[in-house]
Amino acid sequence: MKLTDMSHDINEWFSGSGPLADIVISSRIRLARNLAGYKFLSRCSPAEKAEILNKLKDVLLSLELGDKVFYISVDKASDLNRDFLVERHLISRHHAHAKGPRGVVIARGEFFTAMINEEDHLRLQVLKTGFQLSQCAEQIDHIDDMVEQKVEYAFSPRYGHLTACPTNLGTGIRVSVMLHLPALKITGQIEKFFNAAKDMSLAVRGLFGEGTEAASDLYQISNQVTLGVSEQAIVSQFENTVIPEIVEYEKAAREHLLTKQVDTLDDKISRAMALLQGAHLISSHEALFLLSHLRLGINMHQRMGASTPAIKKLCALCGTGTDKALSIGTINRLFMLTLPAHLQLNHGTTLDPTHRDALRAQIIRSALDQDAPQKS
Amino acid sequence: MQCQICNKRTATIHLTEISDGVRSEMHICEHCAAEQGIASQSQISMNELLSSLLAVQPTDDELFGPSEQDKVCPNCGFTLGQLRKEGALGCPCDYEVFEKSLLPLIEKAHDGKTAHCGKVPSKTPKKTRKQLESLNLRRQLEVAIQKENYELAAQLRDKISQLDTGIEDRP
Repeated sequence: MKLTDMSHDINEWFSGSGPLADIVISSRIRLARNLAGYKFLSRCSPAEKAEILNKLKDVLLSLELGDKVFYISVDKASDLNRDFLVERHLISRHHAHAKGPRGVVIARGEFFTAMINEEDHLRLQVLKTGFQLSQCAEQIDHIDDMVEQKVEYAFSPRYGHLTACPTNLGTGIRVSVMLHLPALKITGQIEKFFNAAKDMSLAVRGLFGEGTEAASDLYQISNQVTLGVSEQAIVSQFENTVIPEIVEYEKAAREHLLTKQVDTLDDKISRAMALLQGAHLISSHEALFLLSHLRLGINMHQRMGASTPAIKKLCALCGTGTDKALSIGTINRLFMLTLPAHLQLNHGTTLDPTHRDALRAQIIRSALDQDAPQKS
Repeated sequence: MQCQICNKRTATIHLTEISDGVRSEMHICEHCAAEQGIASQSQISMNELLSSLLAVQPTDDELFGPSEQDKVCPNCGFTLGQLRKEGALGCPCDYEVFEKSLLPLIEKAHDGKTAHCGKVPSKTPKKTRKQLESLNLRRQLEVAIQKENYELAAQLRDKISQLDTGIEDRP
C-alpha cells in the first residue's frame, strides 16, 4: 500500500460522523505493552530491537481484524512520509523521531494501528469517529487478547503491565478524546476547562498544533493515572462524567454566543470566511484557526438551527442542501489535507514554506468558491 | 495534602519562595490559587510530569536514598541516574531491583496508587489471577462502605469470601 493512496482523503476517524460529532471529533484508546524476556528499548542493541520488531510484526500481520493490514518500516521511511503518518495520528511524533529498527502495522481503514518499538515494544491503538469509547475499549481488548495468545507480556501481579516509563505502568491504557471547543475559547472559558481537567488528573493538549497550542480549537483530553484503576473504570469515567460534562459546557457556550454575543460570533465567522476566500498565502496555523470558526458556524446551523447574518452567508456560500454542500466532512478534509506533509505528498514533491502557503490558500479558495465550475 | 488556605480541598499547587535567603513553602488548591491571582501551568505532558516529579527532589541521594544510588541492575546495567536523564527504565526487572526508590515516584504519578487493578494476561497462573481479583473486590468494598452503599458492600463481601475459599482450597 502506498501512502499516496491514503493522502488524498481523510481517515474514517476524522470523517465528522458518529455520536456527538459536532463536538467530539474522535475517540481513541492506546495500550502500552512490552515483551517478557527482553530489555526496554533504551537498553536494547539494534539487533535486539530488530528481533523484537520482527517478532511483533509477524504476530500483528497474522491477526484477524476484519480488514486488511499493512506494515510500514518507520526507520526506512522518508522524513515526509513519517510526518504524514504523524499528521494522520497513525504514529506518534516520538515514534517518528526515535532511533533504530521500528515500524507500524496499520489497518487499511485506519481504525487500528500498532507502533512497534516506540517508547515501549508495542503500542496498540484503536481510533473511532465521534464519541465511541466503549466500542474502542471492546475492540482493543479483543486485539490485545489475540496478541497475548502469541507472545508473553512483561507483567507483574503487583504493578500490572510493566512499561518503560513508570507513568504508563499498570493497565498501560491511555484513553483520549478529541474535542472541538471553539465556543469555550471565544467566551474565554477554556482555562476553566483546563483547570477542571487537571483537578481530575487528566491531561489536555492541542491537536494539530505544535506542542500544547491548539491552533484549531481541537483539544485532546486523556487520563494520566494508569495504575490502581481498572480499564473499565477509566473508560466509564470518560464516558459518563468527563466528556458529557465538557460537551454540555461547550453547548452552553454556543448557546450563549447565539443569544448574548451574536456580534462576536458573526465577527469570527465573517472574518474567517473573508480571509479564507481571499488569502493567497496562508500558514497551516492560520488555516486551522480560521477553519475552526467555519466548522462552528456550520455545526450551529445544522444542530441548533442558528441563522445569524454571518451563518446565513456561510450557508449561502456553501450551498447547503445541494450536493456540493460544504459539510463538516468537507471542513475536516480541509483541516487535514492542508497540513504540511499531506500537501507535499499530494503535490508529489517537497515544497518550501512559501510555496506550501500558496498551495494551501489555493486549495481552500477553490473549496469555498461559490462560483467554482462544478456548481455552475 | 490539604490546601493551606481553605483547609478543605486538595493542594495541587506547590509554591517555593526564597525571600532574604529564607525559604518558605506553600501548598494550595486551584481555587484558592485563582483567588490569590496565582496562574498555574495547565497543560503538562507525560515527560514534563516525570521530569517535574524528579526535579522537586533536590538530590539523587534524597530522591533514591544512598542505598540504591550506586546499585546497578544485574540484568540490564541500568542505574537510577539514567532514569533522571532518559525518563525510562532499562528492563522489567528494574521495578523490583529499584523498588524502594521507584515507589514514591509511582505513587506521585498515579494519585497515590501503587498496586495494579485491571486486566491480567490469560497466561498468568490461576491462583495469582484469583488473588488479584480478590484484591480488586476488596478495594471496591472499601469504596462501597465509604459511599454507604451497604447493599453492594454485602454482595462484594460474599464474593470475596467465595473467592478466598477457592484460593485456600487449591493445593
